[in-house]
Amino acid sequence: MRISLFVTCYNDLLFPETGKAVVAILERLGHEVDFPIAQTCCGQMHYNTGYQSDALTLMRRFVSVFREAEVVCVPSSSCVAMMRDHYLKLAAQASTPGLEADVKTLLPRIYEFSELLTDKLGVEDIGAFFPHEVVLHVSCHALRSLRLGDKPARLLRKVRGLTLVEPADGEDCCGFGGTFSVKNADVSAAILAAKIQGLLATGAEVCTAVDNSCLMHIGGALQRQRTAMRTLHLAEILATSQ
Amino acid sequence: MSVRVGLAGTAPGFPEAAKTLLSNTQLRHNLRHATNVIRKKRERVVAEMPDWQDLRNTAHEIKNHVLRHLDTYLEQFEMACVRAGGHVHWARDADEANRIIVGLIQERGHKEVIKVKTMTSDEIQLNTALQSAGITPYETDLADLIVQLGGDQPSHIVVPALHRNRMEIRKLFLEKMGLESLGDRPEDLTEAARQYLRERFLRVKTGISGANFAIAETGSICVVESEGNARMCTTLPEMLITLVGIEKIIPKFRDLEVFLQLLPRSATGERMNPYNSIWTGVTPGSGPQAFHVVLLDNGRTKILTDRESRATLDCIRCGACLNACPVYRQTGGHAYGSIYSGPIGAILTPQLQSMEHSQTLPYASSLCGACYEVCPVKIDIPEILLRLRNRIVSNGDAPLSERIAMKSAAVALSGPRLLRIAHAAARLGQIPFKKGGAIRSLPGMLAGWTEVRDLSAIPKQSFRDWWKERERAKAK
Ligand code: SF4
Repeated sequence: MRISLFVTCYNDLLFPETGKAVVAILERLGHEVDFPIAQTCCGQMHYNTGYQSDALTLMRRFVSVFREAEVVCVPSSSCVAMMRDHYLKLAAQASTPGLEADVKTLLPRIYEFSELLTDKLGVEDIGAFFPHEVVLHVSCHALRSLRLGDKPARLLRKVRGLTLVEPADGEDCCGFGGTFSVKNADVSAAILAAKIQGLLATGAEVCTAVDNSCLMHIGGALQRQRTAMRTLHLAEILATSQ
Repeated sequence: MSVRVGLAGTAPGFPEAAKTLLSNTQLRHNLRHATNVIRKKRERVVAEMPDWQDLRNTAHEIKNHVLRHLDTYLEQFEMACVRAGGHVHWARDADEANRIIVGLIQERGHKEVIKVKTMTSDEIQLNTALQSAGITPYETDLADLIVQLGGDQPSHIVVPALHRNRMEIRKLFLEKMGLESLGDRPEDLTEAARQYLRERFLRVKTGISGANFAIAETGSICVVESEGNARMCTTLPEMLITLVGIEKIIPKFRDLEVFLQLLPRSATGERMNPYNSIWTGVTPGSGPQAFHVVLLDNGRTKILTDRESRATLDCIRCGACLNACPVYRQTGGHAYGSIYSGPIGAILTPQLQSMEHSQTLPYASSLCGACYEVCPVKIDIPEILLRLRNRIVSNGDAPLSERIAMKSAAVALSGPRLLRIAHAAARLGQIPFKKGGAIRSLPGMLAGWTEVRDLSAIPKQSFRDWWKERERAKAK
């Protein structure tokens, strides 16, 4: 299968290792990966902060870049949520001929990374080896918008040597929320503190998630508090091998 | 017409108000405990309902239908209520409602009123209006009484005294009820309140209530509660005045079947409320012999005109979204500067009153979606928050620094060429702040972030550069 990677704007700049891991895994599974270089951003940050017209411009670019793709892989549930929850409405509001139809046919071909593996490619065991105790942070968009359920956990359970542990109040938000963490930095920090407590109580060495945005937020506090726990995107764990 | 929502107009913005409250560790402890208890109870009783989602969908549809035909149903309600011996008054805004209510009480020469379960009266600041007319209001809902005695503002729409714990309440009762001694067991406190209230129930001749539902078909009012004080307030006095927001209408009596399953489970985690009072007009020889309904607009028809945020009016004030909200759970209700707090407050207050005073509220959410998931009438709160945010930006009311940041980001993301330049600029820009592999302190808008979190330094090579390099190597 030819899979087009939408790496997302923040992974591109801040977490290139995640993108590399996705490429490695998909190629290991025998697929051809394509990275359309004209891609930039899904428009989520603008949309969520109230800048809809900027978001629309970014959506147009996304659609024109990926219109022909067979399958699009996105290693970020919040970006996929942006597309699934808001693209159609945004397209309907814009008076660009054909845009709505394009969005409608493109959306079913877009998969979040763990979804792509479990639903579309039908694999759970990709031969990874990661001999560590890992706690999975369930991000809000993965949970409530994409309804990923146990898909990420199923992938992790097949990793050799890995022990998966559950945090208390695992379904609570980490307090990131994009520009929320800037506009309401104090409240965001208070929510984060509660989250960190639950994660650290598990004693795990690594905290993983399907979103680097949450992990950047969680990891920022873990690092500041000089804890031993580190953060790693699900793809980077799955890309390991013996 | 001037729309007011409690004291909201004078409140500080959400981030500032929240900052003050976050330093109150006692408050945060009370909050966490109370919201956790209700949340767990709710989860348990919702899980036992196989048709919960169907009920939610039905409630959503009923509310939707009502809002589209509100004029018809309001008139139908008025006719039915009058036929049953009630009087119906229409109030455009808070001042008009207060004038009507004060007038009715003065007409009878009453000097005191007993009140129960009406957030809407807080919305219009009825107590202040009563007091300036020389009428003393007594709150009779236990939590409202605690708030009133403490000279406080409610911090939760179902449990208004959620920010107080038992010790604080004991102290307050001792002081304000003129008691010599008082234990601190729940029984002791309720007994003290009972003594205090009973005497007033028997003495005071005007009762004021709110309404959970107003039924158009029959002209009936429905109030649900846990303590029985609403039952007292609505049956013992000579005159009863019920203040109803116009969105509280439901078409038929049988619609209660849906809402009375959803509301108690969502609000307090009970299968059914201990007291469900439904009354219709006046019954000769039994209960209040004068019954008035004041139908309040106070900005609601304005919300009705916006198709995309209209669902805000579906709210049945169960408070489930507050208990589920990570933001509310940290700050409590006072940060919202309005009697309506939490996610519903964040969408309701800025729509009820002019946006200027409350435009920080739509941003008081991480958009985690927990509110939408628990809402018994399926209000897509995140969607409405986004709509309100967009309205703030479109009106040019967003802060300048934010507008510049967003514009710059939009330009940087407009294509791969500019994006690479922006990447290079970001790498250069971080240098003065980098310590080892991390950024520990940033200026300006981002200072709040680095107060408690590091930011990882930007890697030397972006993904796209790595990809290009790889493609080049492959081509060779
Ligand atoms: S918005 Fe929904 S969850 Fe929140 S108080 Fe209203 S009905 Fe309850």
